[in-house]
Amino acid sequence: MLRTLPAPQNATPQQPQPQPQQAQQAQQQWQSAPQVDTYVSPIPITKTHLGHALTSEWTKLRSVRSTMWTLGVMLALVLGIGTLIGIVAASADLDLDGASAIGLGSFGILLGMLCVMTLGVLTIGSEYGTGMIRTTTTACPSRSRILAAKSIVFFALVFVVTTLAAALVAALQTAMVEGASATGEEWLRGTVGVGLFVATLGLLSLAVGALVRHSAGAITIMIGVVLLPLVLAMFMFSKSMADLQLFLLQYAVPSQLIAFYGDSVAGGTGPTGWEPLWIMIGLTAVALGAAFLTTETRDV
Amino acid sequence: MIELEGLTKRYGEKVAVNHLTFTVRPGVVTGFLGPNGAGKSTTMRMLLGLDHPTAGDVRIDGRHYEQIRHPLKYIGALLDAKAMHGGRSAFNHLLCLAQSNGIPKSRVAEVLDTVGLTAVARKKAKGFSLGMGQRLGIAGALLGDPQILMFDEPVNGLDPEGIHWIRNLMKGLAAQGRTVFVSSHLMSEMALTADHLVVIGQGRLLADTSMADFIRENSRSYVRLRSPQQERLRDVLGQAGVPAVEAGSGILEVDGARSELIGELAAEHHLVLHELSPQQASLEEAFMQLTAESVEYHAHSDTGPPDTNGWAGGTGTEAVSGGGWGEQWAREQRKRKAGG
Ligand SMILES: Nc1ncnc2c1ncn2[C@@H]1O[C@H](COP(=O)(O)OP(=O)(O)OP(=O)(O)O)[C@@H](O)[C@H]1O
Ligand SMILES: [Mg+2]
Repeated sequence: MLRTLPAPQNATPQQPQPQPQQAQQAQQQWQSAPQVDTYVSPIPITKTHLGHALTSEWTKLRSVRSTMWTLGVMLALVLGIGTLIGIVAASADLDLDGASAIGLGSFGILLGMLCVMTLGVLTIGSEYGTGMIRTTTTACPSRSRILAAKSIVFFALVFVVTTLAAALVAALQTAMVEGASATGEEWLRGTVGVGLFVATLGLLSLAVGALVRHSAGAITIMIGVVLLPLVLAMFMFSKSMADLQLFLLQYAVPSQLIAFYGDSVAGGTGPTGWEPLWIMIGLTAVALGAAFLTTETRDV
Repeated sequence: MIELEGLTKRYGEKVAVNHLTFTVRPGVVTGFLGPNGAGKSTTMRMLLGLDHPTAGDVRIDGRHYEQIRHPLKYIGALLDAKAMHGGRSAFNHLLCLAQSNGIPKSRVAEVLDTVGLTAVARKKAKGFSLGMGQRLGIAGALLGDPQILMFDEPVNGLDPEGIHWIRNLMKGLAAQGRTVFVSSHLMSEMALTADHLVVIGQGRLLADTSMADFIRENSRSYVRLRSPQQERLRDVLGQAGVPAVEAGSGILEVDGARSELIGELAAEHHLVLHELSPQQASLEEAFMQLTAESVEYHAHSDTGPPDTNGWAGGTGTEAVSGGGWGEQWAREQRKRKAGG
């Protein structure tokens, strides 16, 4: 075992006479206490990097029940509702008005989104709730690295799960319901695009969780963000607010998701194509940026 | 080696840590004592970079905590036994910590064995008792085999066997040349473990001294007397310039270690003594004397009969009423000062 000898310290002899209870004098005496070799561990020293934080966060995410629950419920909702709608649409001979059947998947995803939001908040909120964040920050003093590792691991997991679920439902529904055959771009948007959209929304929740540091509070905020625009729009009866009402209806998160699948909501002036994803990424970047900025300066 | 320099932390109006300057050295166990709310945990959090100091500085071997690239192999800390996700198993809790510092997985089983939790390694932490949680926290601190160890009230919730174990563990760690910094409320516990002592009260440094010196300097010695001729004894002693105070139940107390003088005086005046015993105040008492002025959170002992030999650190000349920890002592101290 390696042992290093520390540099000799101030070598004044120890005074034997009792000293008055004066902190400073006591300290001087203390400093002249005999030196000991400092301990050196046989465990090899490795400089830590983001990779370590990523494996650690992956272990954390897979070792708690809430991950299984939220993603399990999401899968059940997306696949269950997707299949159900497929059956109903097929038996009712639904007229898709020249659109492909992929758009039917949006209903299941809409509900599945709530689970992803919850998981996003819990990924960081539970650390603050339980006090684990202190242990985590002690093990990895760079808070930005912790936040980055959490974001990456969470985003990757949700993206993979959502994309797979969306693809499965899209395949099922196009097989069951008759409609126009979907273009390659529609397929891409309805699978990878939806995966990105939902995972980004989850990341927004994670950022809100990091800012609020309180799971219940952050989940409530996120549900408000998703639902409030629609609820508000419903009560805007007066003519003068028609513009605002239309904006809210078109840009509410559920509307954007539906628009993402190709159906524009409340007239054709809302976001189309890949636009909802860019809007969501912009929002998330702002929230996550704020979380990164504040996490270094705030006390844990 | 941990060096604090003018370390200060303010929460709004409240100054939790007030200009603390001291050094924690390797090779010995350094006890960190103070009453509730003294600022021990806050100091430890600042040490670990969890809270940012309002002023001052704390360095570990010359570096700030954030600058250490392999923190768990450098410092192991137990701050709060509950600082873990209850839904995670003991094994996974330690595994994610190990992974974040590139510590081999085999270390997890090793530390679980050290703290005696191998049997419940796969059980969820929320089912753990207070003492088991504490052991898991200690396992986390030992994970990286660090050269500096910090424990915030480690004996909290441990059974006698556990207390004995951690006491020896800390001594053993220090003997290997590691820095061991441990906080506690229990002076008597510290007396058995710590070689050096740092005492704070209301965030301020009250003492930074070796354990032996602390006891010598802070404990009050006095002589306990019982006599059927109490009144005369008091007069005799008073005339000789040795004031005695009534301590209830026919007991007199005389400050200082002057039993020979008292015995001789009694013999000279043909007074019968039933007791003449030199007393040394307990360590707890020494601690309470030191922190008496800085205790913030008093308990009130209005109920029940006053306990003359109890916690109030007392010579027991007055009943403890509404006062708290050390308050009576503080009052007497003021009286003594005022009287010369
Ligand atoms: N995050 C915080 N916000 C506001 N005040 C705080 C915070 N943390 C600590 N304090 C205050 O700082 C003071 C010191 O608290 P601290 O927990 O450090 O004391 P302590 O010595 O560890 O006490 P105990 O022995 O009870 O554990 C207390 O008065 C507490 O109320
Ligand atoms: Mg504390």
